[in-house]
Amino acid sequence: MDRLSKMKERIIVLFLALCAVMTLFVTVSIIAILLGESLLFFSKVSPVEFFTGTRWTPTIKPYSFGVLPLVIGTLMITIGAGLIAIPAGILSAIYLSEYASERTRNVLKPMLEILAGIPTVVYGFFAFAYITPYLKKIFPDMQAYNALSASIVVGIMIIPIVASISEDAIRAVPRSLREAGYALGARKPRVILTIVIPSALSGIVASFILGISRAVGETMAVTIAAGRTPRLANILNPDDWMKSIETMTAAMVEIGMSDVSGQSVAYKSLFAIGLTLFAMTFALNTVSYIVKMRFREVYR
Amino acid sequence: MKTENISDWLFMMLTFLATVFGIVLLSALLVMTFYEAAGWLDIQFLTSPPSRFPEKAGIYPPLLGSIMMIALVGIFSVPVGVGAAIFLEEYGSGKKITKIIEINISNLAAVPSIVYGILGLGLFVSTMHLKPGIVLVGSLTLTLLILPIVIVASQEAIRSVPGGLREASIGLGATKWQTIRNVVLPSSIPGILTGVILALSRAIGETAPLIMIGAATTIFTAPKDIFSPFSALPMQIFMWTDMPKEEFLYGLAPAGIVVLLAIMLSMNAIAIVLRNHYRKKLRW
Amino acid sequence: MDAIFDVRNLSVYYGDKIGIKDVSLQIYRNKVTAVIGPSGCGKSTFLRTLNRLVELVEGVRIEGRVLFDGKNIFDRDVDPVELRRRVGMVFQHPNPFPKSIFENVAYGPKIHGIKDREKLQEIVEDSLKKAALWDEVKDRLSESALGLSGGQQQRLCIARAIATNPEVILFDEPTSALDPIASSKIEELMIELKKRYTVIVVTHNIQQAARISDYTAFFWMGELVEYDRTEKIFEYPENELTERYITGRVG
Repeated sequence: MDRLSKMKERIIVLFLALCAVMTLFVTVSIIAILLGESLLFFSKVSPVEFFTGTRWTPTIKPYSFGVLPLVIGTLMITIGAGLIAIPAGILSAIYLSEYASERTRNVLKPMLEILAGIPTVVYGFFAFAYITPYLKKIFPDMQAYNALSASIVVGIMIIPIVASISEDAIRAVPRSLREAGYALGARKPRVILTIVIPSALSGIVASFILGISRAVGETMAVTIAAGRTPRLANILNPDDWMKSIETMTAAMVEIGMSDVSGQSVAYKSLFAIGLTLFAMTFALNTVSYIVKMRFREVYR
Repeated sequence: MKTENISDWLFMMLTFLATVFGIVLLSALLVMTFYEAAGWLDIQFLTSPPSRFPEKAGIYPPLLGSIMMIALVGIFSVPVGVGAAIFLEEYGSGKKITKIIEINISNLAAVPSIVYGILGLGLFVSTMHLKPGIVLVGSLTLTLLILPIVIVASQEAIRSVPGGLREASIGLGATKWQTIRNVVLPSSIPGILTGVILALSRAIGETAPLIMIGAATTIFTAPKDIFSPFSALPMQIFMWTDMPKEEFLYGLAPAGIVVLLAIMLSMNAIAIVLRNHYRKKLRW
Repeated sequence: MDAIFDVRNLSVYYGDKIGIKDVSLQIYRNKVTAVIGPSGCGKSTFLRTLNRLVELVEGVRIEGRVLFDGKNIFDRDVDPVELRRRVGMVFQHPNPFPKSIFENVAYGPKIHGIKDREKLQEIVEDSLKKAALWDEVKDRLSESALGLSGGQQQRLCIARAIATNPEVILFDEPTSALDPIASSKIEELMIELKKRYTVIVVTHNIQQAARISDYTAFFWMGELVEYDRTEKIFEYPENELTERYITGRVG
């Protein structure tokens, strides 16, 4: 090979390596930008005020930057969505892996995946335009924007995540364990509930956490359907589910759409929320990964 | 015995109903949306700019904005995504850096899309001083968003090329890069294309990152070039759900959703057709 | 002699493939019956028919009758759950549930309605003793069963099968995944168990069949070739195929 083509080959490899390394650059940028701008924010607003404050009024005087109402809002959506997606997801996983014939599964599974493929803005529309008016017939006090219908659509969109990862975990349970259960005289539901599910538990838990993480970062559906009212709601009070709230993500949208200047504290607060959000989802994903790895070790 | 058989059956029904619950609900919602969109979807809707008057309003500028943006996302993400995948699969296997990059990619795939919006804002607007809300910034931001998906899909496509083909080429005296260019890439292109199209169809539905980089909520003229301010289909749908007049919520928004879903559906269809077409042609 | 199973013209089909074809034989109470034959000869299918576990396979079809204590197990009014309580099974690979040792043994009694803690403890201790495992695990009953060695796990699975108080215990190549020492323990145990139970064991290992069984059935390509007292089979086989198999010339 002559030197020129050797050189060419080297340059190409260098370019390919750069492409791969770029993904590291993306992560570093995310962290650098979130941290850098957040530091500027925290030089104006103390972290104590941010993390323990109970009022969120970044653009209305008197300015106040307490993130708690937003965290509560996010928590409500997450819990509500989890209450729908976790049981529905795990039951779907049971149906697909233990009951459905190969043909039924090949039809149902892609259909289930579609739930995760619908744009979130469309889910927001569904909740606001159809689900809320319908729920209003049952709960007349319900506001046009409310946490309940937002939770419902977020729950639906994360069902496929919970279902598909749980299904993988359930399928990994050795067939011989099921047979041992049947041979002892257990019926199918009991074999599933007392042998298969406990054996697949860590995979199932990992799927819950991943689903929850998606719900935490979900933006458009909650912005449209749950409204933009930062409020220290009481999660245990059903009335609070009928009212408008604001999640962390919705607060970011609100600031993003307002005409605050790039130098204002409100603008910088965007990055502080972003950092909090990033830290939360990163922690959840890491926990999910660790739990899943543990489950892989059990059977081999 | 009979009662126990019934409870077995009830349990199965419960799992079945849970499986179809979301599907049925979504279908019902889609039917309602299509029903309401029917009266509004016409040529005028597709070719007019938005308006305060529902009957005059249309979706042309954001539709064009979305198409321009997605085309650009494709142009940006394919070389970088495929390049990264080639490096990871062909040059980097077994190396520590590969492992780190792969873990990093799976982490990036789980970062909420709105965080990518902030990244775009900080990186392209604040640092690189591009104007906020222009097609280029939107495309660059969404490129970063779908890059992990494109890389993973390309890796899978490259991995599925049988090792024997590579050896045959190397055995004929080809260099590693010549082998990749002439043997590996041509065989993996259908897989890569399928993955890219699916990733683009995800990108076209994204709203939150575009809000963060300052894309226009309502715009009356279509973008002229990549440096023009723009809006996108999901942005426009978002605006219409936020309008006080009923016609926007129960007329224009559904019509916009139908257009958006139709585009996504055709992209998915193309991806499936492509995959099936090439699967028949290239059988190992 | 007292037959506990009376199998008459039993055939099992998987879709259009034949599992076993027109098998008739009698299994005697409190004896060890070995079922031998090459892989895929239907011996495992035969075993799994006796507790109707074979029905879990999709598209399976069964013809003929299996009388258990005089009653056809395929009759409509027979509950497979009750049948499986009376006919226990031990599998090829040790397959304890990922639960504690205690919970593994107590699983069967619990699903059959025994809730009393003391009663359960009694059953667990008794079963573990019968499975010759009690002394090794009595101090760590609440630990995970997955921490036991392979041989111990297999004896735990035997204890688990004993705990439902069955009349018959089916063994599906119970030692094929174990080392020789663990295997010989299981073999001793099977001989010991026939005092209380009827033992049917499918095995790949011809020597094992000779060592432990009273009766031996030889299957070949889904058919029962020869069935007789074990000494007879091994010393004066009637069928040439049987002779060639036990002397290791086919299979």
